[in-house]
Amino acid sequence: MSDLRDLYQQVILDHYKRPRNFRKLDEANRKAEGHNPLCGDEITVYLHLDGDVITDISFEGAGCAISKASASMMTAALKGRTRGEAETLFEMFHEMVTGHRDGTADPGGLGKLEVFCGVSEFPVRVKCASLAWHTLRAALEGRNDPVSTE
Amino acid sequence: MNPAGRQVAGEVCNDCLVGFGVERIRQDFPALQVRVHGKPLVYLDNAATSQKPQVVIDRITRYYLSENSNIHRGVHFLSDLATQAYESTRDRVRQFLNAAHDREIIFTRGTTEGINLVAHSFGRSRVRAGDEIVISAMEHHSNIVPWQILCEEKGATLRVIPVNDAGELLLEEYERLLCDRTRLVAVTYVSNALGTVNPIKPMIATAHRRGIPVLVDGAQAAPHLAVDVQELDCDFYAFSGHKLCGPTGIGILYGKADLLESMPPYQGGGDMISAVTFEKTIYNSLPYKFEAGTPHIAGVIGLGAALEYVQRIGLPRIAAYEADLLAYGTELLSAIPGLRIIGTAREKASVLSFVLDGIHAHDVGTILDHEGIAIRAGHHCAMPVMKRFGVSATARASLAFYNTREELEALAKGLHKVIEVFA
Repeated sequence: MSDLRDLYQQVILDHYKRPRNFRKLDEANRKAEGHNPLCGDEITVYLHLDGDVITDISFEGAGCAISKASASMMTAALKGRTRGEAETLFEMFHEMVTGHRDGTADPGGLGKLEVFCGVSEFPVRVKCASLAWHTLRAALEGRNDPVSTE
Repeated sequence: MNPAGRQVAGEVCNDCLVGFGVERIRQDFPALQVRVHGKPLVYLDNAATSQKPQVVIDRITRYYLSENSNIHRGVHFLSDLATQAYESTRDRVRQFLNAAHDREIIFTRGTTEGINLVAHSFGRSRVRAGDEIVISAMEHHSNIVPWQILCEEKGATLRVIPVNDAGELLLEEYERLLCDRTRLVAVTYVSNALGTVNPIKPMIATAHRRGIPVLVDGAQAAPHLAVDVQELDCDFYAFSGHKLCGPTGIGILYGKADLLESMPPYQGGGDMISAVTFEKTIYNSLPYKFEAGTPHIAGVIGLGAALEYVQRIGLPRIAAYEADLLAYGTELLSAIPGLRIIGTAREKASVLSFVLDGIHAHDVGTILDHEGIAIRAGHHCAMPVMKRFGVSATARASLAFYNTREELEALAKGLHKVIEVFA
């Protein structure tokens, strides 16, 4: 049986209660909205892109512990990274939370984001963990339609 | 004894007189014996769907094992048997609702299809530009969206009866909303998100004084309240079998005969016709006019067994038992620090919707699931009412007559665990 503490790790609870980069980014040149109709989670991701580099990133919204902590830790992980690096991280993150990670993945590649590995034991929560990332991708692609996990 | 040789709760009425006998009732439901994450299942998601008693499962099995055939067209033995079982369920539903005639009972896929039938058939033929449809602020999406589609198509307007902070309809506002342009009132009997029992009888009388027909969404009421459609005098009453111990995919639309007679068909096909030529089709009489195609025969027969089961226990006894459970659950939850119950109407049935300070309903649901406790977390397909109460989601424990006080104590204990995880 999967342990609840694998899902609700202290780091995750900390980011839920004190989310980082939780604000509107006035100087943003990209933004996207995402929502998860199943549980009512809503998020807006703001980006400042300088060429290919994410020079600043923030988010606003309401959601469960997993979605909010995931958004918070995503913003912390992506500041200063390139678009390509962000895409790669999303792919690795997605493989981890959906339990599709094969043996070839770089074990250290996700860094602190590894705390979300417990999500793969809770399939209904995968959408919560990946909502911020889907919204980020929409912001990077400059899409205007809100992203939905459904 | 049923075919499986097991005793059914309703069969021994001496016991009914002594007490509700919930422990024996629980034995009738195989799914209640399931263990979840190594713990006994505490099933508190009954507003989403109820569990099924063995008699219903056995009846559906028996149909497929030894009665399977299409209805209304066979000259052979099995077809006749299936037709009898199907049509005798229609009569059982008529008794269940105390409708005047069997032909007023239409089998549908569920409450949603019943409402859509009325929106398409009654709505499209009666509603014109500038007309109005009145619904309430606590409707399920299934009693909002069909009317929105209709209003958009016809250039009509949707009017909404507001609710107070307890989750009760504002009846004075309701009266003010009714006018010469109102073509229909569509309102829920019991709110799935708040548990409010609406005073639909006086509301129907109010609408009728202006000659406005009323559709009642009975999805949440059917498993908890005895209904007499003639006494209520509602024009349409829709409910689903699966919330009432029956199978999914089968529901009922009751409609007054004269209204149904005057309405055009909803879907075309076999069984709903008397004669077809390429020039003209003569439609079948009620209720078949509204039952195109081969219906969910096994579902209808299973629903018949479910109604028989529920009627043996008796809805008045069920309502009394559940009222006691709801009061106890309300008391237990109210004692939990940081917990706020959403929906505190004076008249309530079987729903405990709540939010916990600083903890999202989805997290509450996951942690309770770990304790074997099944609740619903989310907007309960009633986003407008969530917005009215300033929440995006609630956790909802919903009760059935097979739940126990011990299960509510397990819920309270589970909620303390939730708080502990987030401490």
